[in-house]
Parts: sequence; structure tokens; C-alpha cells
Amino acid sequence: MLNFSLSEDQIALRDMVRKFVQQEIIPNSAKFDESGDFPREIINKAWEAGLMNIAVPEKFGGMGLGVLEDVIINEEMGAGCLGMTTSIAVNTLGLYPILLGGTDAQIEEFVVPFLSSPKLCSFCLTEPGAGSDAGSLSTMAKEDGDDFIVNGSKMWITNAGHADLFTVFCSTNKELRTKGIICLAIPANLPGITLGKHENKLGQRCSDTRAITFENVRVPKRNLIGKMGEGFKIAMRTLDRTRTPIASGAVGAARAAMNYSKNYSKERKQFGQPIANFQAIQFMLADMAVKIETARLLCYNAAWLIDNGQDEQGSYFSALAKRHSADMAMEVATDAVQIYGGYGYTKEYPVEKIMRDVKLVQIYEGTSQIQRVVIARHLLKD
Amino acid sequence: MNIIVLIKQVPDTETKVRITSDKKGIETNDIKWIINPYDEFAIEEGLKTKEKLKEGTVTVVTVGPDRTVEALRTAVAMGADNAVHVKVDGMLDTYLVSRALAEVCKKENGHIIFTGKQAIDDDQAATFSYVAELLNYPSATVVVKCDISADKTKATLEQEGDGGAKNIIETALPAVIGVNKGINTPRYASLPGIMKAKKKEIKTYTLNDLGLGSETNKTVEMDYQLPPERAAGKKLSGDIPAQVKELVRLLREEAKVV
Repeated sequence: MLNFSLSEDQIALRDMVRKFVQQEIIPNSAKFDESGDFPREIINKAWEAGLMNIAVPEKFGGMGLGVLEDVIINEEMGAGCLGMTTSIAVNTLGLYPILLGGTDAQIEEFVVPFLSSPKLCSFCLTEPGAGSDAGSLSTMAKEDGDDFIVNGSKMWITNAGHADLFTVFCSTNKELRTKGIICLAIPANLPGITLGKHENKLGQRCSDTRAITFENVRVPKRNLIGKMGEGFKIAMRTLDRTRTPIASGAVGAARAAMNYSKNYSKERKQFGQPIANFQAIQFMLADMAVKIETARLLCYNAAWLIDNGQDEQGSYFSALAKRHSADMAMEVATDAVQIYGGYGYTKEYPVEKIMRDVKLVQIYEGTSQIQRVVIARHLLKD
Repeated sequence: MNIIVLIKQVPDTETKVRITSDKKGIETNDIKWIINPYDEFAIEEGLKTKEKLKEGTVTVVTVGPDRTVEALRTAVAMGADNAVHVKVDGMLDTYLVSRALAEVCKKENGHIIFTGKQAIDDDQAATFSYVAELLNYPSATVVVKCDISADKTKATLEQEGDGGAKNIIETALPAVIGVNKGINTPRYASLPGIMKAKKKEIKTYTLNDLGLGSETNKTVEMDYQLPPERAAGKKLSGDIPAQVKELVRLLREEAKVV
């Protein structure tokens, strides 16, 4: 049985998000890209429209949407502005560790408040010295009576400056490597937390990105998500669920780049005719379409596998989807700038922003190189 | 208080309209359907009215084929409490649509009835007044502000006239109110709303159910024509003073704008 059609619900979600993106995101994306200001008002509107915290199960009052719905939503948002997409979608990343590893009581305490007001949550795994090698983290959590005392730094934390809650991965014993990692839910107002400056980035400029320093932050033991030593597993299971939506954001951005350059190539005249008449342009457009369609299929496939409980295969496919979507989006955006020529290199036209924005998708949530490592390991394991 | 919103499903504004071969209608196969934008304002006004009064229900009503249920579901996803579908498959004229809507308003005991001032497909701007006439209710249109009195017996309305002129009127309730752009900003059908709307039961009537089984259209669509293609622009030549002179002459004599 093979069926490529979306359900009525999924089509309704897609159309609703598309409308939201056209009315709220696209008219504002260039402005926020230029200023680098945090789009708080747009995030609040996205929250009101129910675009955030979508994975919270129905029994806690959420929508309980799957990865496929997340993929559909992110493609639409990515077609508007990847920076805003990242800031809007990162709650799902931040809250998944609690949904996957937390008790019902922890979900009630830490996650449910996100359904009643537009709070933000940041996922804190990466450190200055632990990027692709996430297992080597050195933020330490030391047991002290009923508490953990947390010390260390996290890097490139999305929405950190505006977050109400951090899900923080720390080590209790560095020698145990990944087996010594735990996950803590840390409210942002605890004493000892210092935020770095908002990073001035190449692209996705309006998503808030900062370092965080924890200095003797006292965290109650009941904020431990999952058991001792389960943190790394929780982080990986989380990333298996968010990698594909991140990939589909790039699919959306690439789709926008293709549509912009398609329209432009029909208007722009050289040698007495629209440049769309030239095979050099046609081949670029055709290749864009092939790349985008194959990437979307990979995303849907990966999401379907995870939604249907096939975690291992889903993890593999999400790596395929992320590697292909990120790299192809970079290629598509670069070609889009090429089709626009000199105009495309200016901020008067929308394609250079897409090129700057999608570059980050090759880097965050697992670089394209790490995705290849995951893919190759899977291929060579037996 | 029963708040009723009459809505119409219309082709998306970006639709490329094609006329059927018999010229009696338009091709509907590839059309993306949306809620008439003026009716979206009406839905929002219904929801806001309920929120302000802190009581009542909002019921959305439409007349049309099965596809129009989608418009009702969107309205429910925005927050409407109930939806009524008058299922008809053929083409109905404004008179018969209004008869059906008026019957539903009676059944639902509507106290205030909102609708868009016009639909963007045929631009007739007639339904609100037909329905009001059939119900023997007062009506007002191009309304950009609506305040309901505390005892809910009357409403103060602001109407928009030409050139920014404003007209403030008071009407007794029940009444039918045609709303204009600017009265509010319609909310999005939220994702949780969309999920809930799928499960919502929609009340369905046929024309027979409404006692209109033997009624027929009073008007017939005879002939559809596309607007004429825009003529090509004119390019002036010669030296600059001559071009300016010619341009002024054309603006005055042909375009008649100066």
C-alpha cells in the first residue's frame, strides 16, 4: 500500500499555515533580517494560531500532532522566513525531552504552562567545546542533597534571551561519556544563569542565538528528566523527531527560492526575450524542482517512519532527509541568486536572504557531515 | 443570544476565471475555494460580539454544494459554535439563496445576523437586504463598527460613506447587518480549532426541509463574458517638447484625466 496524499486535516493545516505565513511572516521577514530584532509579536501570533508546542499529547490538552504534521508546518514557515521558523519551532525541540523522558507530573509542571501562554523553551546541548561531538560535554551537574549543582557553558542556544525554561544536558561523570549525561529542566529565572550577547549572524538573523553560562545553579532533583545516565538517549530521540522538520524548513526555503526565480526569469529580458527561454535558466529551474521534490519525499518518508513507531529506520531516514534537504536548499538558493544575477546579490530582492538563511541548515541540528556519518554507519553496520 | 453569520464560499482572489463552453457559468474544477473575505469579517464580528456579551452562540450558515462544508469547518475552526449547511447542487439565484438563509435564521431564532456587505464573486451586495426583507427585520450595510446595547434590544452602527464620511445609526434588534472591511481583523482558524472542527457535527437541510422544494429561481444566468483584454500601451516619439505636448493632449482628450 502506497499513498502519497495528505489527509484532509493535513491539507487544512497546511493551508492555514500558508495563509499565516503570507499575512504575518513574508511582509516582515526582510525587516527583521535587517534589524536582527527578535520577532516577539509574530511569535505570539504564531502561538495564538496554535503553531507552537504541537507535539504535546491530547491528554495534557495539546494537539498531539506527529512529525509529519510538524514537517508540513515547517515547510510552509520555511517558505516565509527560516529565522522566524527556527524561533517559532524551537519550543518543540526544547519540550520534546520532557515529553519523551518526563513523568506525567513533570509534563504537567513544565510543559502544560506553555499551552496557556506564549512561553519559550530552549534546548541546551551544544557547548563551546562540544558541537558535533555532543557526547563530550563538560557542563557538570553535581549531586548535593536534594539538588544538582550545575556549572558550565552552552553555546548557540536558540531563543535563550527570551526563554522561560531550558532543557539542559549535563554530565554527572565525564568518564562515563554519553552514559554519564542527564537532562534537567531548568527554569530560566534560577540564580546563577548568565546569558551571552545576541549573536550577529550571517543568516536567520532574527532568531535569538546566545551562549548561556551556569554558575553554581541549584536545580531540584525533581527536575531530572528521565533517569540518571539517560540524558544522551533522550537528546538523540528528541533530535530524531526534530531533524526532519528542520530539513523540511529548508525544503520550504528552497521552494520559495525556486518560485521567486521562476517568476523573475519570465519577467527579466535579455537578448530581446525573457531569460526563461534560455536553456541555461530552464535547466537550473528543472534541477531545483528535482531537488525539492526528492527532498520533500525523504522528509515525508522519515516522518512517516517515526510516526509509525519505526524509530531506527526513522532515525536513518531523518539523516538522509536532513543531509539532502540542507545541501540541496543551499544549491537551489545559490542558483536562485545566479538567475537574478546582480539584482539577486542585493537586499532589494528576496533570494540572497534565503541563501544566507539556508546555510545554517547545513550546520545546526547536526551538520551535513555528521548526517553522512550517521548514514554511513547505518550502511556499514553489518 | 443567537448570533448568526451568513457566509458564502467563493473562488480564491487569485483564480484565473475560465468560462464554460455554454457561457452560462465558470469552470469550477481547478478553483481553490475560500470564505468570501467580507464574510470573514462577519464571522469575526460574530465571535467578538459573543465575547463582549460573554454569552450566546455563533452559528454560521451557508448554502451550496458539499464543498461549501469546508467553509463552515473553517468558520468553526475560527471559533463558531454551530454550523448549518443548506445543501443544494444546482445554481441558486440571490432570491432563492436568501429564502433559504431566512428560513434557517427563523429556525435558529437569530437575534443578530451578520454577513459580508457583498461577495467578491458576483459583487451583487444583495443578500443582506433580501434576508432582512424576508424576515421583516431592519438592515444596514457597510458597517464598520457595531455596539450592542446592554439590554440587547438595539445596536449602534457606524457606516462608512464616500470619501471617509461616517454615518452613525441606531437600529432595533433583531437586525441583519452587512459588514465592511475595517470593522475588525479576522483571527486565524487555529490549528487546535481545525482539529476540533473536523469532529463537529454540521446540521444539514435541503430546500425541501425548509419548505422551499417547489420554489424556483427568479433570475437565470444568460451569458458570461470575460472583460476585454487590455489594449497595448502607446509609446510617444519625437523630441522632448513635442512628446510632452502630445502627452498632455492625450491625457486631456483620450484619457480625460487632466
